[in-house]
Amino acid sequence: MVKTAVKAAEEYEGQYEYATFELPNEELFLPGHGLCAGCTIGVIARHMLKVFGPDTVVVNATGCAEVSTVVYPRTNWAVPWIHVAFGNGGSVASGIEAAIKALKRRGVIDPSRKINVVVFAGDGGTADIGFQALSGMLERGHRVIYVMYDNEGYMNTGIQRSGTTPFGASATTSPAGKVVPGNTRHKKPMAAIAAAHGIPYVATANPAYVHDMVYKFKKAIEVDGPSFIHVLQSCTPGWRFEPKYAIRVLELATETGYWVNYEIENGEFRVTLPVPRRKHVKCFLQLQGRFRHLKPDEIEYIQKVIDRDVEEINRIMGREVIGPVDPSLPCLTERK
Amino acid sequence: MTAQALVPREKKIAQKRIALTGNHAVALAVKMCRPEVIAAYPITPQTPVVEKLAEYVNNGELDAEYIPVESEHSAMSASIGASAMGARTFTETSSQGLMHMYENLPIAVGLRLPIVMGVAARTISAPINVWGDYSDVMTMRELGWIIYIVQNAQEAFDTIIQAYRVAEDQRVHLPAVVAYDGFWTSHVLQPLDVPEDEEDVMRFAPITRSWVKLDVDNPLQLGAVGTPEWYWEVRWQAAEALRESLKVVEEVDREFGKWFGRSYGLFHTYRLEDAELAIVTYGSIYGLVKKVVDRLREEGVKAGALRLRVIRPWPGHQLRKALDRVDKVFVIDRAINHGGPLIGPMATEVAATLQRPVYNALATIGMRAIDSDMIYEAALKVAKGLWAPNQTYTIGLRGGYE
Repeated sequence: MVKTAVKAAEEYEGQYEYATFELPNEELFLPGHGLCAGCTIGVIARHMLKVFGPDTVVVNATGCAEVSTVVYPRTNWAVPWIHVAFGNGGSVASGIEAAIKALKRRGVIDPSRKINVVVFAGDGGTADIGFQALSGMLERGHRVIYVMYDNEGYMNTGIQRSGTTPFGASATTSPAGKVVPGNTRHKKPMAAIAAAHGIPYVATANPAYVHDMVYKFKKAIEVDGPSFIHVLQSCTPGWRFEPKYAIRVLELATETGYWVNYEIENGEFRVTLPVPRRKHVKCFLQLQGRFRHLKPDEIEYIQKVIDRDVEEINRIMGREVIGPVDPSLPCLTERK
Repeated sequence: MTAQALVPREKKIAQKRIALTGNHAVALAVKMCRPEVIAAYPITPQTPVVEKLAEYVNNGELDAEYIPVESEHSAMSASIGASAMGARTFTETSSQGLMHMYENLPIAVGLRLPIVMGVAARTISAPINVWGDYSDVMTMRELGWIIYIVQNAQEAFDTIIQAYRVAEDQRVHLPAVVAYDGFWTSHVLQPLDVPEDEEDVMRFAPITRSWVKLDVDNPLQLGAVGTPEWYWEVRWQAAEALRESLKVVEEVDREFGKWFGRSYGLFHTYRLEDAELAIVTYGSIYGLVKKVVDRLREEGVKAGALRLRVIRPWPGHQLRKALDRVDKVFVIDRAINHGGPLIGPMATEVAATLQRPVYNALATIGMRAIDSDMIYEAALKVAKGLWAPNQTYTIGLRGGYE
């Protein structure tokens, strides 16, 4: 049980402080990709590479990011990039990391050179088909950064449900039918599952809060061992919202407490983005077509589940970091 | 990056005779080839290989990263990642393990990675059976791997070394598998000659690094989406490389003979020169077959034998030369070609090569024991015309076709 023990970070004083560091102007995730308008995979990949730098090897699992960024003969990656299959990002990266170690020992690669190995995989390639390879990689302690972009479904094959599809969402394999109102299960808590492996660094991130996200990438490359970053990613065709709301819908995920940005560093749990007053979850749901069929009691049920999760997070933190629902907050505020 | 450093040998390298099981012979050969990454998962009957390699690594006898992966799917995935990074890699499996790797087997080919894999051949489920036949290896024929099937511990040892030289040759850059009988070879203690100076193996098969793909100084994308405009050309290059690798396989085998005093050819023949009946098979039962040939010869039947050794690439031209003038070609297959034109996979390929019907029988399925008497009786039926070509026969199956 030692491995799974999580306690609140003691130094937490109500406000998380980010170390400042400069992001280079250099772009390693190149323009010209085939991602959908309003897709936030590009935001994640671009900032990830700005932090990781050119001495990075990217392992891409099969998925949206792979098919839309590396269609031969063009590519959007200015770093070594490999795609092998759907379910083996973790194990391909394990092999690369081991090879780097061995080749450094034999002097083939300069031993002083720090090469980051990163797996960039979607929720299917991480939480479902790639789960075993991920778990093996974490358990064996490879120094690999695993970035999971979670669009909450098999968006690449056309919006089928995955293990991280939220309750109530309509997907093509969990359609909102006359008897079953969409997906009947809750999201698989991947960050918590990764943390249960006792690895040095686990975080959740949201591209709507870039400073928080890049800081977590930075922390991940600095640890000696595996790190896992679960990033929420909005999907225009899968979530069914207008492309202009790509970031807005992600903000609402955090503002409603549907998504909590936290990190677990050597077993210490810390919410990195406190939300003093929450919006009602309907604000997040009503912006998206995949929840359009939900009835008021189903929405209230989702709200209750979030309330329970928030309570648990506050309990671990020992203080109220995610506040109560404030009905007076408007769902969409005018941008300043 | 670097050319093959071939040092011509004035005399054969010094060797010593020891006794090892087939599995331990493979492990020793791998150790002498100094792989940098080994990713392995245990499965009977190959487990002693990966155990021995772990011992070598943990005792400091082999400087390699040993990844005790959580499945064979990951064993092949990690081997692909490590090989793409430029490391010499090794993995080994059998049966269901190979089936579990399956998705990644053609990927290693498409990415042109010189992974060397051992297979202690075992049949496939269901029903579950951990014993030896060639059902697992035969499924790899369409995938683009170089496939060796060897007869004994000595040949397994020698062929692992050859496989590294061939796979890493820049004319090839393909993965290679060395298969040997589960149990009958993998677990039986046999005498074999091994080099006294392990460095001789590295001199024969130096790591060329000519296949390195992932290099932070020269970034490239490996495993991109190959649209219908591009896929075929890329895959065709791998298919052509495999076809062309036949001469590298032969060349390396000849060269190996000069250094180590043993070479095996693409296939082995026994008293085939004037044979009217040829028994064609593969793996360890060749010893029994040779005994049967001698017995048939004593009784006036002009028999000969041929053991297939390299089945991918298929040495069709050479096989035709060896078998064309033989009256009756009798293939003893050790895997079932379910519902195929002939019940055995190799019989199908030999028949296509010779462009005429061949005699075919299955034996050793699920490691059903056979002896030379049973092979003799079957061969005699072929010789006497009691068995017909293009038909299904079995050796040792209760209620089978005899």
